[in-house]
Amino acid sequence: MDNVSANLYPLLKQVVGYIFPNEIELHWNLLIVVYPYITGLVAGAFILASLVKVFKVREVQPTYRLSLLTALAFLIVAPLPLVVHLGHPERGFEMFLTPSTSSAMAMFGFVYAWYLMFVLLLEIWFDYRHDLVVRASTEKGLKRLLYRVLSLFSHDISMKAVLFDKKAVNIITIIGIPSAFLLHGYVGFIFGSVKANPWWSSVLMPIVFLFSAIVSGIALMLLIYMIVSLVRKMEPDMACLDKLASFLFYMMIVDFALEGLDFVHRVYQSEESIQILSQLISQRLFVSLVVLQLLLGMLVPLFTIGATKVFRPPDELRRLIYFISALLVQLGIFTTRWNVVMGGQLFSKSFRGLTAYKITLGGLEGLLVSLGFLILPFLILFILIRVLPPWGEFEEEASQ
Amino acid sequence: MKKRDEEAVNKGRRGFCKFVLLGTCSLIIPGAAFGVTQKKPAAGAWYGTTYKPTEHLYGMGIQVDRCIGCGRCVDACKKENNVPDEPFYFRTWVERYVIAEDGEVTVDSPNGGRDGFKGPISEKRVLKSFFVPKICNQCEKPPCVQVCPVGATYKTQDGVILVDPEWCVGCRYCIQACPYGMRFLHPKTRTAEKCTFCYHRIVKGLNPACVEVCPTQARVFGELGKIASPLSRFRRVNKISVLKPHLNTEPKVFYADLDMEVR
Amino acid sequence: MTGCLPATILDAMSEEPRNNSVLKLWRKIPEQVRHLLVPCVIILGGSLVARHFFVPSDFGLYGHYRASSVVQNAEREIKFAGSAACSDCHDAEVAKKKSGYHQGVSCEACHGPAAAHTQDPENVKPYVPRARSHCLLCHEYQSSRPTGFPQVVADSHNPVKPCITCHQPHDPKPPQVPKGCDACHAKIQRVIAVSRHANVQCTICHETDKQHSVLPRQHPPKTPQTRELCGGCHAQDAKSDKEIPRVNMNSHGEKHLCWECHYPHMPEAH
Repeated sequence: MDNVSANLYPLLKQVVGYIFPNEIELHWNLLIVVYPYITGLVAGAFILASLVKVFKVREVQPTYRLSLLTALAFLIVAPLPLVVHLGHPERGFEMFLTPSTSSAMAMFGFVYAWYLMFVLLLEIWFDYRHDLVVRASTEKGLKRLLYRVLSLFSHDISMKAVLFDKKAVNIITIIGIPSAFLLHGYVGFIFGSVKANPWWSSVLMPIVFLFSAIVSGIALMLLIYMIVSLVRKMEPDMACLDKLASFLFYMMIVDFALEGLDFVHRVYQSEESIQILSQLISQRLFVSLVVLQLLLGMLVPLFTIGATKVFRPPDELRRLIYFISALLVQLGIFTTRWNVVMGGQLFSKSFRGLTAYKITLGGLEGLLVSLGFLILPFLILFILIRVLPPWGEFEEEASQ
Repeated sequence: MKKRDEEAVNKGRRGFCKFVLLGTCSLIIPGAAFGVTQKKPAAGAWYGTTYKPTEHLYGMGIQVDRCIGCGRCVDACKKENNVPDEPFYFRTWVERYVIAEDGEVTVDSPNGGRDGFKGPISEKRVLKSFFVPKICNQCEKPPCVQVCPVGATYKTQDGVILVDPEWCVGCRYCIQACPYGMRFLHPKTRTAEKCTFCYHRIVKGLNPACVEVCPTQARVFGELGKIASPLSRFRRVNKISVLKPHLNTEPKVFYADLDMEVR
Repeated sequence: MTGCLPATILDAMSEEPRNNSVLKLWRKIPEQVRHLLVPCVIILGGSLVARHFFVPSDFGLYGHYRASSVVQNAEREIKFAGSAACSDCHDAEVAKKKSGYHQGVSCEACHGPAAAHTQDPENVKPYVPRARSHCLLCHEYQSSRPTGFPQVVADSHNPVKPCITCHQPHDPKPPQVPKGCDACHAKIQRVIAVSRHANVQCTICHETDKQHSVLPRQHPPKTPQTRELCGGCHAQDAKSDKEIPRVNMNSHGEKHLCWECHYPHMPEAH
């Protein structure tokens, strides 16, 4: 008997009611929870970056390049849990060879490729090109080659060229905003379009996914900016932090309203699936939905950040509140993804029973691998920050 | 001197870029043309000539009142199609419904019904009780085919939904999309699998294994659109239902005497 | 880098364009975009080329799938031969089964997959079920089984004895013709036995041909078609036991047959 089957026998005892015999094995598990979480962070970080360029929100300028690099670091890692999860990862490229145009998953491959190549990489390249060319001429040896390759051997840093770069960045950002919406909205559509599953099938799914993505992205940038400032032994710009927290606050209100609407709509319509879904929430998802997603992940940060707006506590206290709220938001959005992905599989399509899921520690779909995928983007971000510094360091160096 | 050298170097660079550009273009255009035009015919020349799939449209009828819950169909299917023995992988199964006098419904399917059903499952006074065989509905509008990203599952010209285990990547989207829970992931091949109406039997004029062994003829196999088929009589004489009609999957497995409690 | 190219080519390429408008256009594009186009074209071009090599040649012939996959599915190994195959050699058993109660049971339902046996009859033999538990798979009494399907309560019906001692599987006539109705209609019998109609014989309401015990589906029993049948005991002026409830047959549910409202097997069940 193989490993998979051996793990399924104990689950048989935890089944409540009746499930279809094939449903005992949950197919989209922890890796598929990690994936929308990561792409959400990408979309959110990019939207934040676009606030600077398109909406001219000057206060968050310090996070502009950092947001782009964060988006890139997470975007690179995003397809990895998917590929690892496939039954045949070596055949993964088939989605680009023979994509089915009716399949949201196949089309997402192209949306991802478009976003990576033609939005994110392009924008970062145009924004950094001047600095890359300068670095290419001042560095020596291997580093010199690296920067020459990164700048694609271009060398024109005249006013005209730099102005062109800036214009290009603006245009790409404008294209990039709907692209970011498409990127993560599509992930929501992958779930929302499954009519077989009443927990997933909803028109609101892509919208809710998108707004929770924006919330998680802004919260992530809040955290990264504060941590990076701490590491550089510099004071984070309070105006920037306040603005970030403000955006986080308003986006959370929208997100909360949307999720509330979904809930009210379901309860009011009271379709056939309402009974098993209420059972699902009360028996299988109570802690992750009510306690973690709603209470700790949404209401507590809302109230604490709201309180900072009303009571205007001193800088240090505000920083602490922002940091803790952003952490709670990350927890909340991660459990949101968990509740959507796992919740949809924990009840039977017969509407008569609930099944169970046991996380394994090791193994390709276990906890350790998922933690690895969550940590990996930060390592990549570290490398990116070294190669493409988001701050005007070399300008300082050059002037010395 | 320095400026002229620089100019020469610049020219050289421009030239190099042009060369690379032209060279790649010259490879791409024939390559693209080549890739778009080729389509070789399949192996197995009998398929499409001796057996013409366009002349058939297969379906199944299930007479619920005849099922005795013996599980021979489940057993035969597992043997015919090499389905793993463990109780987590079924291409077909039988459910037992027990409806109590107060309306409470209890359903079970121990090991898919393969070893039959033992003992009562409801403490209450029973109003009625029956067995319902379940099988892939071979939908005319299959949601599983719609969501497959790579074209590894498909509807054949004779109406059967099949899986290509050599092309399937194991993403499991089809398993999520099936409203009837009919698909599973094979633990060894790591590809999706499901009932194929015993395609390898029906194209040779045999019945699917489950139909073959059913002792009470609760399963009726035939073709839609053919008057002489047993399925035609089945559909004419009985009041027909399908599972989850509101999802508009247009199943080709028709149930007679199906109780409203069956999902 | 440029040194590795022949001088003639270099000279040709680096000449200033005179009347070439394409090259003029090319120079109009900003320098960084020109450098950007190179990897873009390589990636796009490369993917188109890769498509040719990696997409199977028969993909898309019948639909969005590999055409050879249909053939692969159609050429899988067959394990159950089908009952038609058995009659080629075993005419005696087939003849015996043809008119008996097991006429609808295919050979392989009991004997298991036999295609291998048809390929090599001498060395590969199908399973021959002889144990009691095999027959009980279908014939053990279960209340969910449809009424009329022959069932026995195994613990009280010749316990331990193999079924084939008395029943020939290819023509499983019971050794004696069943005397009572409960041999096959046990569920209904159990229901009536605790009802007010416990002492009412089945045949009082259901006119039944004697042949029904032998060929049940060909000689089905009748259901009462007149109100007078029930009125025989339940009418106001009926000559029956005093405790039997009476109704006015003229006004009580006058247009309907009695059993269209009352369940005779468990009348007026709480």
